[in-house]
Amino acid sequence: MSQTQTAVTAKSAGLSASHQASEFLTFRLGQEEYGIEILKVQEIRCYEAVTAIANAPDFIKGVVNLRGIIVPIVDMRIKFNLGQASYDEFTVVIILNVASRVVGMVVDGVSDVIQLAGDQVRAAPDFSSNSFDTNYITGLGTADDRMLILIDIERLMCSPDMALFDGGTVQ
Amino acid sequence: MDDLDLSEFHDVFFDEAAEHLASMESLLLEIDPDAADEEQLNAIFRAAHSIKGGSAAFGFNDITELTHEMETVFDRVRKGQMPLSPSVVDVFLASGDMLKAMFATRKDGAESVSPADVAALCERLRVFLDAPAAAPVAVAEPVAAAAAPPVEIAAPKAVEALPVLEIVFGPFDKTFNAEAVDAMVDDLRRLGRIEETTVVAQRQPGKRKPKPTERRFRIATAVSEAELGEALSFVADPAHFRFVDASTPIEQPDAAPVAVAVPVVAPEVEDFAPRAVIDEKDFCLFVDPATLPGNEPVPDAAVSKVVELKSAAKPVPAAAGADAASIRVSVQKVDALINLVGELVITEAMLAQASLQLDSALFEQLSKGLAQLQRNTRDLQESAMSIRMMPMSFVFGRFPRVVRDLATTLKKQIELKTEGEATELDKGLIERIIDPLTHLVRNSVDHGIESPAAREAAGKPAKGTITLRAFHRGGNIMVEVLDDGAGLDREKLLRKARERGMGVSDSMSDQEVFALIFDAGFSTAEKVTDVSGRGVGMDVVRRNIREMGGNVEITSTLGVGTRISIRLPLTLAILDGMSVAVGTEVFIVPLTYIVESLQPAESDIKTIAGQGAVVQVRGEYLPLLTLHQVLNLTPKVVEPHRGIIVIVEAEGRKTAMFVDELVGQHQVVIKSLESNYRRVQGVSGATIMGDGRVALILDVADLVGAVPKEYGLAA
Repeated sequence: MSQTQTAVTAKSAGLSASHQASEFLTFRLGQEEYGIEILKVQEIRCYEAVTAIANAPDFIKGVVNLRGIIVPIVDMRIKFNLGQASYDEFTVVIILNVASRVVGMVVDGVSDVIQLAGDQVRAAPDFSSNSFDTNYITGLGTADDRMLILIDIERLMCSPDMALFDGGTVQ
Repeated sequence: MDDLDLSEFHDVFFDEAAEHLASMESLLLEIDPDAADEEQLNAIFRAAHSIKGGSAAFGFNDITELTHEMETVFDRVRKGQMPLSPSVVDVFLASGDMLKAMFATRKDGAESVSPADVAALCERLRVFLDAPAAAPVAVAEPVAAAAAPPVEIAAPKAVEALPVLEIVFGPFDKTFNAEAVDAMVDDLRRLGRIEETTVVAQRQPGKRKPKPTERRFRIATAVSEAELGEALSFVADPAHFRFVDASTPIEQPDAAPVAVAVPVVAPEVEDFAPRAVIDEKDFCLFVDPATLPGNEPVPDAAVSKVVELKSAAKPVPAAAGADAASIRVSVQKVDALINLVGELVITEAMLAQASLQLDSALFEQLSKGLAQLQRNTRDLQESAMSIRMMPMSFVFGRFPRVVRDLATTLKKQIELKTEGEATELDKGLIERIIDPLTHLVRNSVDHGIESPAAREAAGKPAKGTITLRAFHRGGNIMVEVLDDGAGLDREKLLRKARERGMGVSDSMSDQEVFALIFDAGFSTAEKVTDVSGRGVGMDVVRRNIREMGGNVEITSTLGVGTRISIRLPLTLAILDGMSVAVGTEVFIVPLTYIVESLQPAESDIKTIAGQGAVVQVRGEYLPLLTLHQVLNLTPKVVEPHRGIIVIVEAEGRKTAMFVDELVGQHQVVIKSLESNYRRVQGVSGATIMGDGRVALILDVADLVGAVPKEYGLAA
């Protein structure tokens, strides 16, 4: 599929998803709060010793052993230049299951799982942003006073500029 | 008919049919038309017959029709009524190919074979039938070897002149009772008209009804007694039946028997639908004969439906031939098992590591237990690995055909020899070695072996020889392709390389020059034969072999021949490696590449301006590969003479890898990096160390390839 086609489908998928109540896992990157579909989340772990991969981009920290499987770990804070990338006992890694692969992403903290009904989600305004390609944003959710930036995490992880998978398109 | 029930069994049938086709092809290629072994002929016949039976049960009419023609023709051959000429062999080989295509259509949804082609092939087969045969064979179906064939109605036309055989079933015991005979008799029905003549029964004390001790039948059939006996021996112990002269009177067993003649049986017997031969316990599943339509001959369709259920439920067991003691297991299950064993190995390693810290005197029992655990785990691992091992004959089996066809096309005379077919190799590797090996063999046929004229001019026998050899060496499997052809011309290769602007020098060793043909620039030049569409050039061959964790090397002598050696690891999953430290990271270097390790003296390290460093080892200068530079790490040791040099050999060249220190030697379980990440240059996989951390396995060939080729300075 071409880029435009995938963009259109993603947007329409995002919109249709917003018509039903969906569950999102919310997490913090810097000052902002993001939400991703809970179904894509496999588990949440603390940040453990990572084996670095030579000559990989700096946001790919390396790989870890997840009960026998080798899983790459990405630091979203470095990739999107959001907040300070520090690693302490509170650093959280969200293990995702996207496109039949397992990937981990480091975030500043995980908040909670919330349900958003269709009327709580609005389409994202189309502002071009340098740090974050708004193609991946499926909408903006409101819960209490918080604004959640809802992301299509599968598309994001599979995109070529994440350099995670060979031939990075969503399967 | 409920198609859903049958489609489950399609796969099993396809697998078995593939086996039959393979064995048929290899027999046809092996067989000497002038001195055909009867057993081989029978085996070929049985293969065709088994396929026919199965396809009839599943309703694959086109396959049934073709195999029927093949069977009829071959029946004549095996009975000696027709000579086995090379043209018959050719037609049969072509039929085998067409059957494969037909199966591919059904199994993989491949393009269907055009009915016109099928008809043409059937015509070719029928041509042989029309040739005058020694004795007209009645339409009666020949004896089949398969134990549970779906029965086709033979409609034995009552050829009055058919000889009559008399069979006596008995004595009966616990394993073989009178009722079981009915099933067998029904199976014989397709061979000829059969009727029961007498039942000899014995009065049992205390029981009113006499118990049968013998049942006699008469069958009018064209089939010989020997063949009939053969058919029966598949379902009954030969001790339980015998053939007698039709005139032999019924013997009188000892305890006052009552001979009961059963004259009425004949019309009833006609009513029974012929049944597949089955176990006694399935007996009651069958249609009550009373419900069947009257005396009319039961049409094919109805019969096959009744029979389909049973034959589907028991896909031809004897078709597996001698493998009665084996079971089919899906590859996924085996892989899952091997993964679990791999995990066990890792856990065991972790325990062993943790226990090192324990005082062995205090924890003696624990230490002993762990030592025992280690032994058990190793044994389990070996056993599990061996499940996936298959003999090389699976690979070598297809080559006689390949060579034969190609040699015929190119008008060369080539003999193919194979050695070490029993050598076992992991199933995954077997599948992956086939394509590269095929390419290499085709190369040998095409470019290696010369034409008969050229060979004779060179004083060689007109018939060239290609040898395929497999054997174990060290921890590896070696697969070699040898030919006594023209060999490689070193000068020609160097010239070509220069033409293509590749950096070569005259001081390159023979090995290095020959290895040039693996470079992408070389492969496609003067290819005449059709390797198109497969995208396989010599560079792909080498890449495929490397991806399997193996290596390929060429030795050759101009005018004498060439030998291509492929080295493969015994298994994909486990690797013997040496762990080395570079900075804070630990890497694994596969042991198969390591030649030696040493700490060089400062004076042995020399630099070449602008190109890097070399190490002098016993008179040879080896290029120095500084790992911390390639991998972009901060090392603990910067000067080579303070660290360790690991000398590795890959692609025919030796290179010195500079690392901080050696950590140890381990057997590691290879974990895929690419399943969740992507291919990394210089890394072939990952493993989990005893402390739970991930260690990357270095792809030595890749790393070495990065070192410039211009080195090769003599001491």
